[in-house]
Amino acid sequence: MLIDWFTVVAQAINFLILVWLMKRFLYRPILNAIDEREARIAAELADADSRKAEAAKERDEFQRKNEAFDADRSERLAKATEEAAAERQRLIEAARKAAAELATRRQAGLEAEAATLSHGLSRRAQREVFAIARQVLGDLAGASLEERAVEVFLRLIRDIDEPTRTGLADALRASPSGRIRTAFDLTEAQRASIQHVLNETFSADIQLGFETAPELVSGIEFAAHGTKVAWTVADYLLTLEEGATKLLDRRAKAEAGT
Amino acid sequence: MRLSPDEIIFWQNGLFKLNATIAFTWALMIVMVVGSAVITRRLSASDERSHWQNLMEIIVTGIAKQLEEVGLAHPRSYLPFLGTLFLFIAVASLGTIVPGYEPPTGSLSTTVALALCVFVAVPAFGIQAQGFLGYVGTYVQPTFIMLPFNLISEVSRTLALSVRLFGNMMSGAMIIAILLTITPLFFPIVMTLLGLLTGMVQAYIFTILASVYIAAATRKLAGPKHESAPPHPVSIETA
Repeated sequence: MLIDWFTVVAQAINFLILVWLMKRFLYRPILNAIDEREARIAAELADADSRKAEAAKERDEFQRKNEAFDADRSERLAKATEEAAAERQRLIEAARKAAAELATRRQAGLEAEAATLSHGLSRRAQREVFAIARQVLGDLAGASLEERAVEVFLRLIRDIDEPTRTGLADALRASPSGRIRTAFDLTEAQRASIQHVLNETFSADIQLGFETAPELVSGIEFAAHGTKVAWTVADYLLTLEEGATKLLDRRAKAEAGT
Repeated sequence: MRLSPDEIIFWQNGLFKLNATIAFTWALMIVMVVGSAVITRRLSASDERSHWQNLMEIIVTGIAKQLEEVGLAHPRSYLPFLGTLFLFIAVASLGTIVPGYEPPTGSLSTTVALALCVFVAVPAFGIQAQGFLGYVGTYVQPTFIMLPFNLISEVSRTLALSVRLFGNMMSGAMIIAILLTITPLFFPIVMTLLGLLTGMVQAYIFTILASVYIAAATRKLAGPKHESAPPHPVSIETA
C-alpha cells in the first residue's frame, strides 16, 4: 500500500504547523519590513515633492519680486528721465525767455537812447537854427527894416478886431497909459506916427512910454492893461519853434507806441 | 524495490510510527523555520540590508507576484499557505543533493496530505471570500446538471495533484537509485541535476494549480461564465 494514512494525517498536521511557523518567522517579518521601507520611501518622496513644490513656490515668488523690482526700476527711471527732460525744457525755455527779455530790453534801451539822442539832436538843431535865424535877422535889422516894421505894426493896430479895439479903447479912456517896446531906437517921427495912430484908433490921448528891448529881434510891441499888440520876428520864430517842437513830440510818442 | 520512504520505519508503537517521511519532513521544517528565524531576526527597514534578507524578500515578493498574476486579488491573504506549499516542495527537492536524503514528497502519503490540504483550503477560502451559499452555488453553475461533474472534478483534480507530484518525485529518486546500481559514477550526478530541475518545476506547478483552484473559488460570479475563468489557460498536465 503506497498510502499510509497515519503518515498522511501526520504530514497534513506537519504542513499546517509549518504554514503557521513560516507565517510567524518568514512572511510576516519580511512583509512588514518591505511595507515599512515602502512607507519610508513614500514619505521621503512626498517630503521631496513638498520640498520641491516649496522650492518652486519660492522660486516663483522670487521671480515675481524680481520682475516687480525690474518694472518699478524701469518705471522710476522713465519717470526720472521724463522729469529731467521736462526740467531741461523748462530751463531752456526760461533761459530763452530771459534772453529774449534781455534782448528786448536792450533793444528798447537802445531805441530809447537813439530816440533821446535824435530828439536832443533835433531840439538842438532847432535851437541852433532859430538862434542863427534870430542872429541873422538881428544883424540884418536896419533902418529900412525898422521902418517897415513900424508900418506893419501900425497897420496891425488899425486892423485890430472890433471887440479887442473897443475893450482896449474903454480901458485906455479910463487910464490912458501904455508902453511901446522895440528892438531898436525909434525916431521922433516914428514915435509921433505911433502916438497919432494909437490916439486915433482908440480915440484917447494915450501917455506912451518907449523902451528898447533887443530880444524882440526887429519888432515892435504895444502893451496896455494886460493887452499886448505886437509884431516881432521873434514872435514868428517862437510860433515856428512851438510848431516844430509839437511835431517832434508827436513823432517821439508814435515811435514809443510801436 | 522500495517505492516510498514510508517504508523506512525508525520507530513504531501501535498506530504511531516514525518513518523516514515524517523524520525528513521534520528535518526540513527545522531547517526552514530556523533559517527563516535567523534571517528575519535582524531585519532592516533601511536601504542597507543583508544578502539573506534580500534573498528572502525576492522569494517572498516573487511568490506574491506570481499569485497575483494567477488572478488572486489579495495575494497576501494566501501567501502563507501557497508560499509554504511552494517552499516546502522546492526545499524537499533541493535536499536531494544531500546523500542519504529521501525527499518526503517522494511519498504518496505526503503528496496526498498536501493535496488534501488544498482540497480543504479551496472551499475554505471560497466560503471566506463569497460566503457559504455563494460558494456552494458555484457547484450548480451553469446548470444544476453540472453538480456531479463539478464534484467529480473537485475530487479528481485533488487526486491528480497528489499523484502528479508523487510520480515525479518518486521517479526521480527511483531513477537515481537504479542508475547508481548500474553506473555508479558521473551519470547519477547529471540525473540528480535533472531531478532538481524537475523538483522545482513540480513545486511551481503544484503551487500554481492550487492558486488557480483558490482563485476560481474566491472569484465572485459577477459576469458571464468565461470571465470567471482563470486568466491563464492553466491546464498543465505534465508527465
